[in-house]
Amino acid sequence: MGRIVLDKVSKKFGDVEVIPPLDLTIEDGEFTVFVGPSGCGKSTLLRLIAGLEDNTSGDIVIDGETVTQVPPAKRGLAMVFQSYALYPHMTVRKNIGFPLRMEKMDQAVIDAKVDAAATSLNLTDYLDRKPGQLSGGQRQRVAIGRAIVREPSAFLFDEPLSNLDAALRVGMRMEILELHNKLKTTMIYVTHDQVEALTMADKIVVLQAGVIEQVGSPLDLYRAPRNLFVAGFIGSPKMNLIAGAEAAKYGATTIGIRPEHIDVVASEGTWQGTVSVSEHLGSDTFLHVDVEGFSEPLTVRSIGDIAVKHGDKVSLSPRENELHKFGADGLRMA
Amino acid sequence: MAIVAQHTKLSKVAWPALAWIVGLIFFFPIFYMVLTSFKTDADAVKPEFLFSFTPTLENYTNMTENYDYWRFASNSVITSVAATLFTLFVAVPCAYAMAFNPTRGTKDILMWMLSTKMLPAAAVLYPMIFMAKSLGIYDTKFLIVMVLCLINLPIAIWMLFTYFKDIPKDIIEAGQMDGLNTWGEVKEILIPLAWGGIASTALLVFIFCWNEAYWTVRLTTTEAATLSKLIEGNRAPEGLFFGRLSAVSTAAVGPIVVLGWFCQKQLVQGLTFGAVK
Repeated sequence: MGRIVLDKVSKKFGDVEVIPPLDLTIEDGEFTVFVGPSGCGKSTLLRLIAGLEDNTSGDIVIDGETVTQVPPAKRGLAMVFQSYALYPHMTVRKNIGFPLRMEKMDQAVIDAKVDAAATSLNLTDYLDRKPGQLSGGQRQRVAIGRAIVREPSAFLFDEPLSNLDAALRVGMRMEILELHNKLKTTMIYVTHDQVEALTMADKIVVLQAGVIEQVGSPLDLYRAPRNLFVAGFIGSPKMNLIAGAEAAKYGATTIGIRPEHIDVVASEGTWQGTVSVSEHLGSDTFLHVDVEGFSEPLTVRSIGDIAVKHGDKVSLSPRENELHKFGADGLRMA
Repeated sequence: MAIVAQHTKLSKVAWPALAWIVGLIFFFPIFYMVLTSFKTDADAVKPEFLFSFTPTLENYTNMTENYDYWRFASNSVITSVAATLFTLFVAVPCAYAMAFNPTRGTKDILMWMLSTKMLPAAAVLYPMIFMAKSLGIYDTKFLIVMVLCLINLPIAIWMLFTYFKDIPKDIIEAGQMDGLNTWGEVKEILIPLAWGGIASTALLVFIFCWNEAYWTVRLTTTEAATLSKLIEGNRAPEGLFFGRLSAVSTAAVGPIVVLGWFCQKQLVQGLTFGAVK
């Protein structure tokens, strides 16, 4: 079990309110990702759930029990830190077994659980090494091992992959997802990388300045962003946002169109522009097109390799059914 | 090329030579003290017996038989060890709290602690003596332990704070998630990780306690008197008995020199305040 409910939880540091009162429910077994720019309060929110920070007001309820006053270890949660936070003076075996030793488990039980975790994480050969003798990926696996052995009701990941190089990151992402599929335990994962959020999450919580901007599945957020912030934040490359006269034609203050929803046509497209940069990736071509009257260049994604280069004139046609319309308040129009 | 080679050769010889000269200058008083301790009081003041004299153990036997050396020595050991332990007992939790749960006032508190070292000891001498006497603790080991502890606490807290700050807070928090209480954090994480720092702090505090003379001489008469008092007591109206004084001084500095010799590495680390990891 691992259903987590935040009921009007807020956090102040001195006079600064970093998280205004917010409500959020994380269902049992769900993989929830908190995503947002740096300083948006996502890590603070995770630390509130973990109990490493005290909430200023509101209640945190785990599996029906209010844990607001309960110390971190008693909440039945396990956390994986960005810096791994392994105990440098202990071997891998002792690191993984440490939480079980704290629970005063029998040594034979501890050994069995540590061996099982080490086998599933390919750490068997490293059990007698100290963290300093391991690579970044191995250290992160030890940190995950230390979390797994506790059999927590939920795992909390605080940007666990941001210290790893790009190739390793993709691999570890898969490992964490496989772990989730195997254990079916609730996982809360904090990241500033929206690609990580989109690829891993059952549910994404987009945060800005401590406020939840939108909660939904990755595709919900991608297809129907609730406001301009989510529209601009989710998706890579970013959604094109166009304000002014062009938006007014569609009865909106701002219109948004994703790069893959703009077609390059032979002639008589809606917008005419000049290619400033073309990026040929083989499978796709990204064009940055300066369109007269637009304050920012449009990003266009075409499937395959199209023969367009810097300085070429192109005619662009947005797919009107894929247009997102936003009102003066920045919210999505129905 | 020749000039460069010559230059390297010169620096290879000159710097060690200079180091030796400086070392010998610093070592000479100690050497001279040890040498004098094996001379009779009469020989000690005669320049012609500077190096050629008949060595005698008279001063040492005199010291142990007539001056009750072992009582002073045991007082020194007891008060220094107790004060060091008590200092660490207070300083470790204090430095831990300030390193891992700092508030806006932490820096001010640290500065205030250091500022107490700037107060001239003589300014509080008489209040201390009156207070000690009125509380009935004058010339007790308890008083000496308390005073040694208080004068060394600021430096001990500063040193430990610097060491503890090097430990990532994440590791402490991981410990909290894994079920450690505050004492567990100190025992399982802090002490093993900052062991070198704690040891060098303890060593330095012990040396300061052992060498302390201002307070130990003035707050004791006989019962709690330490080796500093024994040295100071070797004054007589007729003048100084250099032979005896040197023997007492040698016996007083001996243990600490030996201790320092064995713990050189830790000491250097301690004195550089965590700069060497």
